[in-house]
Amino acid sequence: MLETALKGKQGYWSWLIFLLVMMGIGLGCYLYQFNEGLRITGMSRDVSWGFYIAQFTYLVGVAASGVMVVLPYYLHDYKAFGRITVLGEFMAIAAVTMCILFIFVDLGNPVRIMNVIMFPSPTSILFWDMIVLNVYLLLNVFVGWNVLSAERKGIPYQKWVKVLAYISIPWAFSIHTVTAFLYAGLPGRHFWMTAIMAARFLSSAFCSGPALLILICLIVRRVSKFDPGKEQIRTLGGIVAYAMIINVFFYLLEIFTAFYSQIPGHMVHFEFLFVGVDGYGKLAPWMWTATGFAVLSLILLIIPSTRRNEETLAVACVSVIVATWIDKGLGLVIGGFTPNPFERVTPYWPTTPEILITLGVWATGFFILTVLYKIAVSVKEEVAA
Amino acid sequence: MGVNRREFLKIAGAASLFGLGGKTAIEILAPGKVEASMEALPLTGGERWAMVVDMHKMDDALMDKCIEACHREHNVPDLGNPKEEVKWLWKEDYHHSFPGQHHQYIGDHFKHTNFLLMCNHCTNPPCCRVCPTQATFQRKDGIVMMDMHRCIGCRFCMAACPFGARSFNWGDPYRVTRVEELKKLNPGFPTNREYPTRSKGVVEKCTFCTERLAKGLLPACVEVANKVEEGAMIFGDLADPESEVRQVLKETYTIRRKPELGTEPNLFFIV
Amino acid sequence: MYDGGKIIVGLIVCLAFLLSPFIYNAGTTAKAPVPELTEKAKEAKECVESTTYMRAWHMQLLDQWRHEVVRDAKRTYRPSRKARDMRLDQQVIDQWRHAVSDGTRRYMPKSDKVFEKSLQNTCLDCHSNKSKFCDECHDYMGIDPYCWDCHIEPEEKK
Repeated sequence: MLETALKGKQGYWSWLIFLLVMMGIGLGCYLYQFNEGLRITGMSRDVSWGFYIAQFTYLVGVAASGVMVVLPYYLHDYKAFGRITVLGEFMAIAAVTMCILFIFVDLGNPVRIMNVIMFPSPTSILFWDMIVLNVYLLLNVFVGWNVLSAERKGIPYQKWVKVLAYISIPWAFSIHTVTAFLYAGLPGRHFWMTAIMAARFLSSAFCSGPALLILICLIVRRVSKFDPGKEQIRTLGGIVAYAMIINVFFYLLEIFTAFYSQIPGHMVHFEFLFVGVDGYGKLAPWMWTATGFAVLSLILLIIPSTRRNEETLAVACVSVIVATWIDKGLGLVIGGFTPNPFERVTPYWPTTPEILITLGVWATGFFILTVLYKIAVSVKEEVAA
Repeated sequence: MGVNRREFLKIAGAASLFGLGGKTAIEILAPGKVEASMEALPLTGGERWAMVVDMHKMDDALMDKCIEACHREHNVPDLGNPKEEVKWLWKEDYHHSFPGQHHQYIGDHFKHTNFLLMCNHCTNPPCCRVCPTQATFQRKDGIVMMDMHRCIGCRFCMAACPFGARSFNWGDPYRVTRVEELKKLNPGFPTNREYPTRSKGVVEKCTFCTERLAKGLLPACVEVANKVEEGAMIFGDLADPESEVRQVLKETYTIRRKPELGTEPNLFFIV
Repeated sequence: MYDGGKIIVGLIVCLAFLLSPFIYNAGTTAKAPVPELTEKAKEAKECVESTTYMRAWHMQLLDQWRHEVVRDAKRTYRPSRKARDMRLDQQVIDQWRHAVSDGTRRYMPKSDKVFEKSLQNTCLDCHSNKSKFCDECHDYMGIDPYCWDCHIEPEEKK
C-alpha cells in the first residue's frame, strides 16, 4: 500500500517538502542542543521540564483520543465509524511518535536511553509510560494497517486484528492515565497532586483529539474524493461537546477546591497562571485567551444548530484545540513548577532553538500523518471506484 | 557521640594516613585486615546517617565557609547564572526554607535568617521512587546516592524532590575552564583533583560526602563548621541510640523541612 | 533490464560510498602503539592484575569498579593471585567473561594487596602519562571513552 503515498498532486508534495524543511531545521537545532546541552533551552533548575514535556503530555491525549472512534465501532457496533476508524488509528500513530520524540529531545543524555530497558525500574512511572506508549504504537500500527489492507483486498480482516482492536481500547485509557500519574504522584507539587488529574487528562484528550480529527476530516473531504461522512462528523461533534463540558467542569472543580479551602500552596499556582505572582505574569494573557476560547467553544458546541453546522463546528473545534493546548501545553507544566519548592518564581519561556526543535517534532508527526492519511484516502478512493 | 570526639578524630586521621586517601597499595596488613579496620571506623558502618545543624552556632560567614569547602571538595562550578546554577549546599532564608511556617508579624531578624540547606537524604525518598534507571538510589546506610554513569537526564527526580535539592548540568561544567568570563569565577577548577567533575546532562546533589565517609572522615561541611564553632553541625547514625545525633534529637527541639509530606528528611535544625 | 543505466550508476555510487573509508585511509597505515610506562609504574612491577589481563579486560574491570564503588560502597580491591601470576591464561579469561555475563561480577580475592578502586586516584597515579599510556592506543583503535568527561586527567609535563 505504501506506493499510494508516492503518487500525489503538487499540493501534496509541496506540503511534504515544507514539512521536511521544518524537520531539517528542527534536526539542526537538535544537533546544536546535543552538543551544547539543554542550556540552550529556557529551562532552569526550578522549571526543570518545559515545552518538550508539555507537548508530550498534550500529544498523549491526542493519541489516546483515537479510541473515541474505535470504541463506538468495535464495542457498540456503531457502523458509521467503520469508515473512519483507520483515521483515528493513524492519528494515534503520528501522535505517539511525536510523544516518543519529545521525550527523547528532552533527555540530558539521550545516548543512554536504553538504560531504561537495561535497568527496568517498576517503581518509576516513566518506565511504565515507556511500556504503554510503545505497545499502544504497535497496536495501532498493526490494527490500522491490517484493517486497511483487508479493505483494499475486499476481504474481512482477520480475527486476531479484532482482538488487538479490543485490547487497544483500554490501552488508550491507560496511556493517558499513566501519563497523568507522572505528575499526580509527586509530593510537594500541589498543582499536580490532584486525584482527578487522570480524569482531567482523559476529558481534555477526548475533546481535543476528536476536534483535531473533525478538522482533518473536513480537510480530507476538500482535498480528496473520499468523504468521511456527514453523520460521522456530527457524531464526533457530539463527543467533542460532552468531553469539553466535562473538561471545563473538572477544571472548575480544581479551582473550587483550591479557593474554597484557601490553602495558599494550592491557590498560588492558579494565581500565578491567571494574574501572576511576584510581578511575573507572562502566562496570564495566555490563560485568559484559553478561557475565552473555552467559553466560545462551549457556546458553539452546546447550541445544537451551531454544533450541526459544519462551519461553526470547525470554529468550535479550533477553539477547543487552542484552549486545551494552552492549558496542557503551557499552563500545566510551567504552572506546576512555578512557584518552586521555596515559593520563589523563576520565569520560564521557551527559547528560539527550543521552539524550532518543537516545531521539527510536530513537523515529523504531521509528515507521518500526511503519508498515512494519503495511503488511507487512496485506498478508500480505490475501493469506492 | 558514641566515640569520644577526640578519639574519633584520631581514628579518622589515622585512616587518612593509611593512604586510602588514594595512593596505590597497602602491603603491611594481612588479608582481610584492611577491610576489617575500615569497617571498624565509626563512619563506615552506619545505617541511617543524619545531620543536625545548630542554628544558634551558625552565621552567614560560617555557612559560606561550609559551602565553599563543599563546592571545592566536589568540583562544583560557579556558572555565573542562576538559570544553570549547580549547588550541593546553599543558604536560603527562613521564609523560603520553611514556606507555610512564616507569618506577617515575624521579625525581620528571623525572616531573613539564612538556613544551611542540602539534600535531606530522606528515609522515604521520592526521587529514588521515580527514577526510571535507578540512577538515584538509596544506599544501605540511608544515603541517597547518584550514579552519574547511569543517569539519562530525564529530570523526573527534580520534579519529585519537594526540597529543590537537585541540580542539573544544563551544559558541560568543564566549560568554566574554557569560557573567559567563567574562568574568573572558577580559579583553579577543578579544585579537587581526587574527585571527578560531572558531564553535561546528569543530575547531581549532596551525597553526604560518601567518598570522605569511606575514609573515616566527616562530611566536608561538618568538618569546617566544627573547626570554627564546636557542635555547629552534628553528623551521625540515627540507628545508633548512643550516637550524638540521637542524644541531641532527644534533648533539643529540632525542626525539619516539610515533614508533612512523609519523606522523612534526615536533616534537622536546632532553632 | 529496466532503467539499467540508473541501476549501474546507483551501484557504483553505493560501492564507492562503502569503500570510501578504505580509500580515504589507504597508504596511511599507522604503527600499533605500545603503551609507555612511567618510572613509577615500572618500579611497581605489577598492576592490580597481570599485564595480559589488563590489556584485554581493563574496561570490564573499570566498569565493575565504578559499579561497586558507587552502588555498593565497596571501595577496596584485592587482585586475585591467580590472575596476577598468569600469562595468557585463556581459562581465567573465560572465567572472567563468565563472571561478567552471569551478572555476579565477583572475583575471588586471594592476594595480600589492597587497592582503592579509583581510575583517577589509583590507575592514573601510576600511569600519570595518560596521553602515552591511554590515549595513543585509544586513538589507534578509534575509540573515545567518555571517562574523561568527568574524571580528571593527570597534569602531564610536556
